[in-house]
Amino acid sequence: MSIRVGESAQAATFPKAAKKLLQNTQLRRNVRRATDTIRGKRDKVVDEMPDWQALRTAGQQIKKRTLRNLDSYLVQFEKACTAAGGKVHWARDADEANAIIIGIIQSHGQKEVIKVKTMTSDETRLNHALEAVGIEPYETDLADLIIQLGHDKPSHIVVPALHKNKSEIRQIFMDTMGLKELGHAPEDLAAAARNFLRERFLRVKVGFSGANFAVAETGSVCVVESEGNGRMCVTLPDVLITMFGVEKIVPSFDDLEVFLQLLPRSATGERMNPYNSIWTGVTPGDGPKEFHVVLLDNGRTKVLADEESRETLHCIRCAACLNACPVYRQTGGHAYGSIYSGPIGAILTPQLQGMEHSTSLPYASSLCGACYEVCPVKINIPEILIHLRRKIVESGGAALTERMGMAVAGYTLADSSRLGKAQKLVQLGRQPLDAIGLPGWSAARDLPTIPTQTFREWWKTRGAK
Amino acid sequence: MLISLFITCYNDTLFPGTGKSVVRVLERLGHTVEFREAQTCCGQMHYNTGYHPEAVTIMKKFVADFLDAEIVCIPSSSCVAMIRDHYPKMAKEAGLEKEVAELVPKVFEFTEFLTDKLGVTDVGATYPHSVTMHTSCHALRSLDCGDRPQRLLKAVRGLDYLELPAGDQCCGFGGTFAIKNAEVSTAMLSEKMRSVLDTGAEVCTGSDNSCLMHIGGGLTRQRGTARCVHIAEILASEEGDQ
Amino acid sequence: MSTAREDILQRVRAAIGKQAADEPVERDYRQTPSLSEGEKIDLFIDRLHDYNAQVYRCGPGEEAATIAEALAARGKTRILIPPGFPAHLLPTGPTFVPDTQLDYREIDATEGALTAATAAIAMTGSLILTHSETEGRRALTLIPDYHLCVVYTNQLVETVPEGLRALGGRRTSPVTTIAGPSATADIEMTRVKGVHGPRVLDVIIVSV
Repeated sequence: MSIRVGESAQAATFPKAAKKLLQNTQLRRNVRRATDTIRGKRDKVVDEMPDWQALRTAGQQIKKRTLRNLDSYLVQFEKACTAAGGKVHWARDADEANAIIIGIIQSHGQKEVIKVKTMTSDETRLNHALEAVGIEPYETDLADLIIQLGHDKPSHIVVPALHKNKSEIRQIFMDTMGLKELGHAPEDLAAAARNFLRERFLRVKVGFSGANFAVAETGSVCVVESEGNGRMCVTLPDVLITMFGVEKIVPSFDDLEVFLQLLPRSATGERMNPYNSIWTGVTPGDGPKEFHVVLLDNGRTKVLADEESRETLHCIRCAACLNACPVYRQTGGHAYGSIYSGPIGAILTPQLQGMEHSTSLPYASSLCGACYEVCPVKINIPEILIHLRRKIVESGGAALTERMGMAVAGYTLADSSRLGKAQKLVQLGRQPLDAIGLPGWSAARDLPTIPTQTFREWWKTRGAK
Repeated sequence: MLISLFITCYNDTLFPGTGKSVVRVLERLGHTVEFREAQTCCGQMHYNTGYHPEAVTIMKKFVADFLDAEIVCIPSSSCVAMIRDHYPKMAKEAGLEKEVAELVPKVFEFTEFLTDKLGVTDVGATYPHSVTMHTSCHALRSLDCGDRPQRLLKAVRGLDYLELPAGDQCCGFGGTFAIKNAEVSTAMLSEKMRSVLDTGAEVCTGSDNSCLMHIGGGLTRQRGTARCVHIAEILASEEGDQ
Repeated sequence: MSTAREDILQRVRAAIGKQAADEPVERDYRQTPSLSEGEKIDLFIDRLHDYNAQVYRCGPGEEAATIAEALAARGKTRILIPPGFPAHLLPTGPTFVPDTQLDYREIDATEGALTAATAAIAMTGSLILTHSETEGRRALTLIPDYHLCVVYTNQLVETVPEGLRALGGRRTSPVTTIAGPSATADIEMTRVKGVHGPRVLDVIIVSV
C-alpha cells in the first residue's frame, strides 16, 4: 500500500526548510500581507455573528457524529448516489485512486481533463500519474494555474499562490500563454486567465473535482468556490469524476446549513462565497451524463484509529489556522514540506504519511493556541501536537542528546534537594554561560543574568514568619 | 488567608525577584504566605515536548506537595495553564482523578488571584514609568485573563500604560520551541520587539518570565530602549524604590 | 482477495470499534428570522449592492417592464431564457431565445441569460437556483457574461438554514447558490471580480 501525501516523504525537516525560507524577504512580506488581510476579513464577518460559537459547536458535533459511524454513512452515501445515477469507486491508497481515474478517462478515449482545485489530487500526485500515460490535466483555479504554469508548489491551502506577487504572475502568464502584451493590474491578469481557460472549459469532455462535503442521506456532493471554474468543471463536461477523502461525508442535507456558514467566513472572510454547487448523481439534460465518485482512504483510517487525534479528520480545509499561525506567518507553507501546511499540516501530514517521515512537523509550533481559537470545527490542534510529540518520543524518534537532557531534567525535578544541587551548578556556571552562551538561544538573544541566590535560598534567610 | 506560593522551577532559579515581589504584595495586603520547600516543577516542559511519563511523575509530586494547601498562587500563566488544562487528563492515567479535581480549583495565577479571589485592583503600588504589556498566549487563551492585568496596572500610581499593538501575537518562546526552532522563534521575536519598541514604553511587562526572558534577551542584545519586568515586581514597587 | 470497498469498510470498523450510540447535535445557531419583512428586503438589497449587483424593484404585473428597463440599461437586445420561463413576463422589444439544449459555443456567443430563482437569502445576499423549468439548466447561468434574475419577495428568507430548508424536495436537483459575480483574491489578495462565471449580475425583486 502506498500512502502518499504529495512529495512530503522527501521533504527537508521543518527547521532546515524554515531557515532557508526565512531569508526570502519577498516571500515573507507576501505571506504577512496575505494572512493579515484574510484574518482581518475573517474577524470582521465572524464578529458580526452572535451565534458563531453555536455554529462551531454544531460543526464539531456533526463531524464527531460522522466519524462515530463512518462506515454506515459511507454505505448510505454509496447507495443514495448510485440510486441517483452516480457510480461509486473505493480507493485504498494514492496509486489505486489514480488508476481508477485513469481507467475512467481512458475508457472514454480522452486525453485531456479539466480540474477544479482539490488537495486530494495533489495528495495522490494525480497530475503526475496522468501525464505519465499521456493524459493532460488542466488546472483551472487561478492560483493552481499560476502554480502549474510556473512549475511551482502550493504554499497555502486556500490561496496557494500567495507567495507570488503580481509581477511574478504576469511574467509567468506572458511566458506560457503566448501573449505579446499583458497589463499589470490584477484585473488584466484575471482577464488573461479567463480567456485562456474558457476555450478549455467549452471543449474538454472530462472534468475532475474534489468535494467540500458529501451528504450521506441524499448522495449529494457539494463544491464551494469563488471563481466559477468549479461550476465549469462539474457542469460542462460529459464525464465528471469527483474524488474526496472518506472524512468529507456529513450525515444529512441539513448539516450543510452549518458548514456553508462556517466555511466561507473562515476561509475567505466572506458571508458567502460566490458559488456553491450541490448535485446528486446525474440529471438528464443538465450537466454530465456520467458521474463517478472516488472515495479515498490513503491513510485516513489510520488517523481514525487514534482516538486522541481522530478529530484531525474534522478539518474542512478552511485554512483559518494558517492565517492565524505566528509560525506560518514567518515561513509560509513550503517549510512544512507538504501540501498540507500550517497547523493542520503539522498534525495531518505526519499522521497520513507516517511519523518517521515528518517527525519535525509536530514541533513546528510554539503551542500558542491561535489555531484552536479560529478553527470552525474546534480541532484542538495544540493538544494533538503534544499527543504526536509523545508518540514520536515513545517510538524512539527523539535525538539522543535531547532524551538524555530530558531524563536528567526529569530526575532533577522529581526531588527538591536534587533541584537545589542543580541550581548550585547553574550558579557556578554563570560565567561560562555568559561567555559561551547556549546553542540555539544565544544567536539572537542574551541569556538572563544568573542570580547569586535562588528564591528558596532567599526564603530560608527570611527566618520564620 | 494562608497562601501557598508555587514559585515555579525557572522563577526559582532565574527570577527570584518575581517571587520576592509576590510575597511583598500579598503581605502588604495582609495575608500570610507559606513556601513549601518540597516543591519543584509543574511538569510542563516534559509534557509539551512529549516526555509524558516524566511529566506524570512531576505532576504526582506537585499534587502530593500541595493537596492540603488552602490556596496555591503561581506567578506564571503557563504553569497554571498546565495544571488547569492538562492535569485532569493526566490524572486519569495516574489514578489521581479525585485529588486533582480537588486541587485544581485552588490553583491561581498571581494577577487573577488578586482581581478574582481577593477582589482588588489597587494593591498600593507606585511605579512612575511608561509600561506596555505583553499578554502571553497561556494568559490570553488558556486563562482567559481579559483585562485583569491592565486593571491592576492602571491602578498603579505614576504608571503610564501603553497598549501593545498586535497584542495577541505569540512572542515565539514556546518552551523548547525556542531552541528546536530557534530561527523561527527569533523571527517571531523580531516582530514582538518591533511592537514593544513602537509603543515607546520604557518597560514591557507580562505575567510570564518565560516570554519576558525571551523578549528581554532580544532587547538587550539589540540595545533596545525598553526593558522587561514581571508584573509582580511592578505591583510590589513602592514610592522610594529605585 | 478482498475488494477496496471491503478493505476500507473493514478498516473503518476496526478503527472506530463498536458501533457507538448516536448523540444529538446541539443546534443552538440561528434558524429563525429576527427581522421584519421590510428590514429583510433592505438587508438583501444592501448585500446585493455590496457585490455591485444592480437591483430593481417592482410590483406584481410589472416584471416585463422592469426586465425591459434592466436590459436597456445594459444595452442588451438578445437574451437567452429557460424553455419554461413564463411568456407573460417577457417584454416586447428584446429578442428572447429559449435554451433548447443549445451548443456551449452558441451560449457563449449570447449577450446574457434571464432566469427565475427558487429562493434567496438576505443575510448573505444569495440567490439559490434549483435549475427548474423557469431557471434553466446550469450552463445557462454559467457561460454567458450577464445574468438577470427575477426573485419574488415570498422567496426571500433571512438566514442560511431557512434558505436551504426552503429547497424542500428540489434539494436533490442540481442546486447553485450565487452570491455576487465570480471573484478571486489570488493576485496579491486584491479582490478581482469576474473570472469565469457571469461578470455582471442584475436582480429584479418583485414585491408580493
